[in-house]
Amino acid sequence: MRINRDRWVAIALIAPSLIAVGIFVYGFIAWSLRVSLSDWQGLIPSYNFVGLRNYAHLIFDDRRFHIGVRNTAVFTTVFLSAAIVVGLMLALLIDRKLPAEGFFRNVFLFPMAVSFIVTGVAWRWLMNPATGGRTSGLNLLLDHAGLGFLQNSWHSTAPPWGIAFVGIPAMWQMAGFAMALFLAGLRAIPDDLREAARVDGAGERQVYRHVILPLLRPALLSAVIILGHISLKIFDLIVAMGRSTALDVPSIYMWNTTFDANNYSRGAAIGIMMLVSVAVLVVPYLIYARRQEAEL
Amino acid sequence: MRARALRLGGTGVLAAMAAFFFLPIYVMLITGLKSFAEAHQATMWQLPSGLYFDNFAAAFRALRPNLANSLLLTIPAAMGSAVLGSMNGYVLSKWKFRGSETLFTLLLFGMFIPYQSILIPLVLFMQRINLVGGIPGLILVHIVYGLPITTLIFRNYYATVPGDLVEAARVDGGTLLSVFRHVILPLSAPAFAVVLIWQFTNIWNEFLFAIVLTRPASWPVTVALNNLAGSQIVEWNVQMAGALLAALPTLAVYVLLGRFFVRGLMAGAVKG
Repeated sequence: MRINRDRWVAIALIAPSLIAVGIFVYGFIAWSLRVSLSDWQGLIPSYNFVGLRNYAHLIFDDRRFHIGVRNTAVFTTVFLSAAIVVGLMLALLIDRKLPAEGFFRNVFLFPMAVSFIVTGVAWRWLMNPATGGRTSGLNLLLDHAGLGFLQNSWHSTAPPWGIAFVGIPAMWQMAGFAMALFLAGLRAIPDDLREAARVDGAGERQVYRHVILPLLRPALLSAVIILGHISLKIFDLIVAMGRSTALDVPSIYMWNTTFDANNYSRGAAIGIMMLVSVAVLVVPYLIYARRQEAEL
Repeated sequence: MRARALRLGGTGVLAAMAAFFFLPIYVMLITGLKSFAEAHQATMWQLPSGLYFDNFAAAFRALRPNLANSLLLTIPAAMGSAVLGSMNGYVLSKWKFRGSETLFTLLLFGMFIPYQSILIPLVLFMQRINLVGGIPGLILVHIVYGLPITTLIFRNYYATVPGDLVEAARVDGGTLLSVFRHVILPLSAPAFAVVLIWQFTNIWNEFLFAIVLTRPASWPVTVALNNLAGSQIVEWNVQMAGALLAALPTLAVYVLLGRFFVRGLMAGAVKG
């Protein structure tokens, strides 16, 4: 009897949350999908079904959307590889029990506590492309350091490479997260394993190549999924870096289309396409992670 | 000998990277501390000649109402999502029922979606229930979209509480609610610390919901800072000082309670 009542209490306890998420996530996705299949263009809602017209327009005819997709691809490639390479390097160094490892770990993680808007505002001035007497920011610092040949226009570089430089502040913000994932992976490797490899005659480099790096694969997978999906959604950072059309990405296009141009159906279609791109990345990972947990 | 050289080299690389990580903070700080007269971009890297607080004062004047809005938003939203997350985590770890694992996975997906995919319905819905423009609506939205991560953190934390403890309390006649109150909640302080700090940081730093759902008088600091930075009238040095002011609360929490923040960070990788 009591058990039975407890079951109802359990459901009552989580029902508000499940209903809220049911509406705000799944209900709203369905509603967005409905809008994306409609002819709603203007301030007055209109739900006449027009099939995949909005999607077809974006995929085949919309140059701005194509530029946004290309920018996302360039940004994701640069940001992901930079954050993972830097994160792995930092983790391997910190794991060697060098002096002040705790201090360094904290330093590399603090940008995670800062908002993308703050990061964007600060880096916009650091990556100021002005030349001659108005040279400032990183270009000025490079000049002071005798590395003037490295000066460049940063995120104001001509497309498609301008967006690649936004990968630098993004890496600054997120490399610490990759580091933390790799460090957790490294700390989980028992010392015996390294010892055994050494006893078998493996040199230090071989221990890393054949024992340690393969064991970091789950950490690498987590880093790729989490950072990758953040990269596909990136919005705040680019807005704060100064919204030039050369840096356009689908999230910003969705914003302009919907709230500036009032083209709700097309805005919804962009949102749904962003969702699909993220889902392709995240859903298999979620299922895999949940299954792994079930096996434990 | 070689090992020592390697260690020195390693420390050198870490120190160089640390310098790179401090770069933006350093510029924001020294720029903020210059007088208006000496804040030139051409001398960006020079230390101030003395301590002036003109820039911070100007930035604070511009952002003060928004810093207050951010506090009014962040604290209740973090607390709300923590309380609900703890209830959900308790049920989904200690009172599993058929289908509860699937429900949990469906819930988790909510923390990965790009919010552009729900933005239009969200605005329409919030308009319909008259919660657009002010802070209460934004609080509600942050509570709801915070549920996946807070539930995840609490569930994984409660999974480490021995089942025997719950069983024993039930044998003694404890109900679901009394076990929660007398056994689980007293053990929950560390998980609440992780969740509250994680949510405080995330909600403080959030931008997209805030620009869609609030009008200027209710803007949190991220939106106001972005507006300040996009303005032609506001000097870059005031923008830099403003950026540091906007980052200060979450940075302070990180410096003081960083280990809880890092645990929240790792929990976000789903497997924890």
